[in-house]
Amino acid sequence: MSEPFLIGDGMTGGYGKGPDILHDCTIAVNPGEIAVIVGPNGAGKSTAMKAVFGMLSLNAGAVRLGGEDITRLSPQDRVVKGMGFVPQTSNIFTSMTVEENLEMGAFIRTDDITETMEQVYNLFPILRDKRSQPAGELSGGQRQQVAVGRALMTKPKVLMLDEPTAGVSPIVMDELFDRIIEVARTGLPILMVEQNAKQALEIADKGYVLVQGRNAFSGTGQELLADPEVRKSFLGG
Amino acid sequence: MDFLNAIVALTNFVMIPAVAYGSQLALGALGVTLIYSILRFSNFAHGDTMAFGTMITILVTWDFQSRGIGFGPLPTALLALPLGIVATMALMLITDRTVYRFYRAQKAKPVVFVMVSLGVMFMMNGLVRLIIGTEDQRFTDGERFIIKARVFKEMTGLREGLAIKTTQGITVVTAIVVVALLFWFLNKTRTGKSMRAYSDNEDLALLSGINPERVVMYTWLIVATLATIAGVLYGLDKSFKPFTYFQLLLPIFAAAIVGGLGSPQGAIAGGFIIAFSEVTITYAWKKVLGYLMPENMGPDGLVQLLSTDYKFAVSFAILIIVLLFKPTGLFKGKSV
Repeated sequence: MSEPFLIGDGMTGGYGKGPDILHDCTIAVNPGEIAVIVGPNGAGKSTAMKAVFGMLSLNAGAVRLGGEDITRLSPQDRVVKGMGFVPQTSNIFTSMTVEENLEMGAFIRTDDITETMEQVYNLFPILRDKRSQPAGELSGGQRQQVAVGRALMTKPKVLMLDEPTAGVSPIVMDELFDRIIEVARTGLPILMVEQNAKQALEIADKGYVLVQGRNAFSGTGQELLADPEVRKSFLGG
Repeated sequence: MDFLNAIVALTNFVMIPAVAYGSQLALGALGVTLIYSILRFSNFAHGDTMAFGTMITILVTWDFQSRGIGFGPLPTALLALPLGIVATMALMLITDRTVYRFYRAQKAKPVVFVMVSLGVMFMMNGLVRLIIGTEDQRFTDGERFIIKARVFKEMTGLREGLAIKTTQGITVVTAIVVVALLFWFLNKTRTGKSMRAYSDNEDLALLSGINPERVVMYTWLIVATLATIAGVLYGLDKSFKPFTYFQLLLPIFAAAIVGGLGSPQGAIAGGFIIAFSEVTITYAWKKVLGYLMPENMGPDGLVQLLSTDYKFAVSFAILIIVLLFKPTGLFKGKSV
């Protein structure tokens, strides 16, 4: 099998000079796929994603994007390389309008951004209506749409979402997942950390179950959902 | 009862001076608030930054005057102002490179930055005093009045005169232009928006590829401009004395905090609130009340709530009331 488009390969590391949180953890995603990282609280799900994005230093392992080793790059440089990242919290500019949020997302671009903005508005029609409202005044679900839209403005080659459905109602969660599938259908690889393991695995092409910073199980979403071991330990039977 | 004369007296002695003073404070507070929202500390050196910019402007004004360059009815200082701004910009950038950047790299706490700015304040303080001395300097020239009190009385036949000084007119017009330009810059330009984004959410701004060093540089350039203009307008309207400019720090911070630190609209509103409070509380109301009260019932005393010597108490009092009851200020700034 050829190398995946984005891979965090055998990552070991932790925050600063603290103890290692990840141990030989491998996460990968390919174009058109949704890869989901699930696991119990404190398993290092978000940490694994942050490691892929360069927010902690690795003691071992490597991160490669399109075959290029980007292990030593800062998060900002990885954005330039084509990684779009949506943090779990504080992921929008609350005092700025929706449109300004999108504009700021495209800050590194020097070409015309109107087309990309149009695509984002087509994907999230509600944002078009609220384009001149301060993003901080929107509901939780709408904020998440702004956050994803902002990340899409750079025209990333891979999109990483850290718990996009944290704190939103189940109905909004379903809608967000629908949108995420829609984004994935455009061919954009999506790497996502999720609390709601069951729903997330249902839409996942690939799932990674982390336990204490290690790969416990991995496989397609359906395989993991069917795996009695996984069901017993994470999905409540 | 004589409403007309009362209103004219009130306008002449309270409204016009307070509007001019408020504009000067607003420009000063805008600088403080910009630094607070982008560099995230209270810049104690702001008053002395104003003094430095004004000093350079005065020196250039003297040079122009000695060469016979004037600006007609307007003060020569307005011609010298751009040079004052450029010199202050240079000083700000040098200070940032040599002092603040070091602490930014260390990710120092805001309180450390405040102490650092205190040091910078003393340095600038000394620099200004070494160059121009500690005395009072008057550098206004050109036409002194837009409307003279005597002319107004002859025109209207009223007992009370209304005078508008040229410097007051210039202050208000300049402040309106500067504030309009600043808001246009912050809301419409890419650089301005990136400054707001950086102020709103530093981490996300970094993720969006906004270069923090550029944002910081633009902030200092804008702050230098605002501080110099505020200082020169204040100096034209009153006079220039390094110690007075150092003292201006208090009403300016009071204005920024009352309005809500980090909010430009708040800084402007705060400037006027502080100015109007200070002027009305230290004004002797005898004359106005004399016109308004029935005959023979006018007050005997001056009806002055506080002597002008205590005008800083007004800023302090407002500051404490705001911090006690509405720490984020009127325009929902960041709490201190």
